Amino acid sequence: MSSLLTSPPLPPTARDRTRRARLRRVDLRANRFLIALTWVGAIAVVVVMAAVAFQIIQGASQAINRFGPLFAFHSTWVPSLNKLGGLSFLFGSLITSLVALVFATALGVSIGLFLALLAPRAVANVLGPLVEMLAAIPSVVMGLIGIIIISPFSAHTLEPVFHAVLGWTGLFGAPPQNGSSLFTASLVLTIMVLPIISSLTRDIFRTVPIELRDGAEALGATRWEMIRGIVLPTTVSGITGACVLGFARAMGEAIAVTQVVGNASLIHANLFLPGTTIASAIANQFESPQNNLTLSGLYYLALVLLVIGVLTNLLSRRVVAHGARLA
Amino acid sequence: MSAITPDPAHALTPSGNLARRLRVSLAIQGLAVSAAALAAAILFILVGFTVVKGIGALSWSFLTGNLPAATGQAGGIGPALVGTAELALMAGIISVILGVLTALFLTEFASPRVASPVRLMLDLLAGLPTILAGVFIYGLVVSRFGQSGIAAAIALAMVMTPLVARATLESLQRVPETWRDAASALGVSHWRTVLTVVLPGAASGITTAAILAVARGAGETAPLLFTSSLYGNGVQLNPMHALPNIPLEIYTLIETGYPQSVSMAWGAAFLLMATILLVNIGARILLRRGERKRGL
Amino acid sequence: MTFSDLPTELARDTPVAAYGRVRLTPRAQSAPVPDRRAEIVREVVFDAHDVSVDYGAKRALDGVTMKIERNLATALIGPSGCGKSTFLRCLNRMNDSIPNFSLGGDLRYFGHDLYGPRANRVEVRRRIGMVFQKPNPFPKSIYDNVAWAPRNLGMRQGLNERVEKALRGAALWDEVKDRLKQSALGLSGGQQQRLCIARAIAVEPDVVLLDEPASALDPIATASIEDLIHQLKLRYTIVIVTHNMQQAMRVADRTAFFSLDEQRTGTLIEYADTKQLFSRPSDSRTRDYITGQFG
Repeated sequence: MSSLLTSPPLPPTARDRTRRARLRRVDLRANRFLIALTWVGAIAVVVVMAAVAFQIIQGASQAINRFGPLFAFHSTWVPSLNKLGGLSFLFGSLITSLVALVFATALGVSIGLFLALLAPRAVANVLGPLVEMLAAIPSVVMGLIGIIIISPFSAHTLEPVFHAVLGWTGLFGAPPQNGSSLFTASLVLTIMVLPIISSLTRDIFRTVPIELRDGAEALGATRWEMIRGIVLPTTVSGITGACVLGFARAMGEAIAVTQVVGNASLIHANLFLPGTTIASAIANQFESPQNNLTLSGLYYLALVLLVIGVLTNLLSRRVVAHGARLA
Repeated sequence: MSAITPDPAHALTPSGNLARRLRVSLAIQGLAVSAAALAAAILFILVGFTVVKGIGALSWSFLTGNLPAATGQAGGIGPALVGTAELALMAGIISVILGVLTALFLTEFASPRVASPVRLMLDLLAGLPTILAGVFIYGLVVSRFGQSGIAAAIALAMVMTPLVARATLESLQRVPETWRDAASALGVSHWRTVLTVVLPGAASGITTAAILAVARGAGETAPLLFTSSLYGNGVQLNPMHALPNIPLEIYTLIETGYPQSVSMAWGAAFLLMATILLVNIGARILLRRGERKRGL
Repeated sequence: MTFSDLPTELARDTPVAAYGRVRLTPRAQSAPVPDRRAEIVREVVFDAHDVSVDYGAKRALDGVTMKIERNLATALIGPSGCGKSTFLRCLNRMNDSIPNFSLGGDLRYFGHDLYGPRANRVEVRRRIGMVFQKPNPFPKSIYDNVAWAPRNLGMRQGLNERVEKALRGAALWDEVKDRLKQSALGLSGGQQQRLCIARAIAVEPDVVLLDEPASALDPIATASIEDLIHQLKLRYTIVIVTHNMQQAMRVADRTAFFSLDEQRTGTLIEYADTKQLFSRPSDSRTRDYITGQFG
């Protein structure tokens, strides 16, 4: 060691210098190469997203020219007469997603609260991943379960109860024997959206500083008063963002909904009758449309779905960012 | 203003309105507990039904036999298993490469001004309804060249890439900034730091992301609906043709409605679900162990 | 009362410029300390007998026996990790939410078993308020910070007066009376801490526990908090944890010195009148700690 310190450094030989220069050149090239590669990845993502929008708009152009912007507000869908309107699909998508959102928000926020604030750590560590497992069930399996298990359960057990209690709202008419209905689709969507909302809200609730929770409890507040007075107000924007994401997910689900919704392009307030959604209309008709105009009409529906998806995504980003600024 | 504080002589039992407030609080906590219990019950019921209904259909001939030649006939799911494996592999390779590169771009190379639109696009792609990935690839590829395994794999990769990218992003962000600083303080060039310090540091996270994305992709139906649905009943390995696959096979089996077909659908659903859930659990354990080993 | 009454070390050691204004007034009020001690037997608020605390397998605190008396300010001092904060948090059951926490021995509050089967911890905290080390105002308006707990308790009548009284009690009213509707997060650190004190006294507890209330504050804010403690003990029983011995000498009537024993477990070493503890400590460990600090 001491010899190293005392002897002056040797001047670099010519060979050393060329080797170092070569190394630097290699480094420089490798650096550029890696940067270029990652640019490719990033550009691919941007290009794909732009191409999706472009291709869908292009496919829909014929229908856009023909039906104009009010397409989404006409209810007739008769391909043989070239009369196309997207209202029944939009209605079905919105109503099933909204009903699912109501159920999933009530359940999911409660679960998030339980996992983040009420459950002992050991319980939360087991139950949290279990709830997330619900999201791993493939949608086609959810559809199968929907047809064989949830439909009959809904038709024979849930629907009579809802009809008896909430029948006066007009939303819950007399239950038909066939379980394929908007309501069944909503139930299936609820199960699919639930893990998203509960795990997101759990993570959001965990961000509330322990000092605030202690501060509330030290003032003689009960658990619920602490949650209602401190936790919920500070996390309301994050919860909203989570719900919007859940809604977007429900709007876009095609397979499981198609299997249980009944696929009837009807508009009616009664949730116990069959209906259809944008995504399931595309799934059912896209491959064998009756004519080119219908294909274009289906692209138009896809465009509506895309726009709703983009808007909800932007909204949830905005809401969450707003909440982050306040906190 | 009167003092409502109870006299110190009063026992520490609830005073004033506290008894009522405690009842409210307990009732609401009870609701939260039952919501959680309900979710767990739903999971167990769904998994339980699938196991009970599916396990009976399993047999060697079911696993290896060709798909039913005509609707309602008996048959197996062998070709669909092979096809799904092939699709998941192809889509996995595409999405891991693109996803990891995008995540590296966002954490290691991009300036904030460039990163934010890329991040926005990544979010939008993650939120893209999966059926639209199918529509897009149909218009781009299938309408010109017909259905093929490659088209289906690209559609699946569109769904999986944002998942890989986001999870990779998270684990890259968990690599301590000090590691990067230490490496560059030693005069190590940027690319070497990324390849030898940053990526290995996030390795377990990236592996988990890849596994989870493949598991998710293997179960996706909507992207395959227009890209790989017209397949024969035998084994097909050539990715230039439509590949038989489990999700669509389940979908068509159910649509036929024959009891025998539905029972086959349960068998296939059980296989698919069991594989995906087990892979999920395994990946979580792997992630936790990997992170613990590195002390993160 | 002049500076000559103070222990000489303190008088020498304290920058009078920073603390002078603050010290003079409260000292004048608490002047008759020796008389009070002579004339009455005080009510016992907390009676701890052989209290111990375990976190799972680790014993954090062992064998604490002490009586804390009414309308006095009692300081808990000692090196970090000696269990003084743990003990304070036992007094209003704030440790309950910590996993594997368990308490041994007997801890009574006006004769009621604090950890007994009939004791409700929400009721306990309602009577025994607490102010934390780090100011933790809620992300609400100043008014709502103070009014939140009284509203919960159903004290809706005269709420405005109650808020004003609490804020005056915490010597904050004049600074915030024109911006009660603004967010509490816009206040300075010292103001936030006084808001937390106002919040605690708005429900009129019997006891106010202070867990190093000034450790996150600058000297001027610290001085105003100390000033406030002198006012508060006229009405409330105060227990204050502090790592700052001068602070204990300035604000406390009684002082308890905690330290670590041979097994690295926190324990109570000595508990006496503040003046006596600092001038004539009976335990060598106390003396070592005090002299070590003062050099």
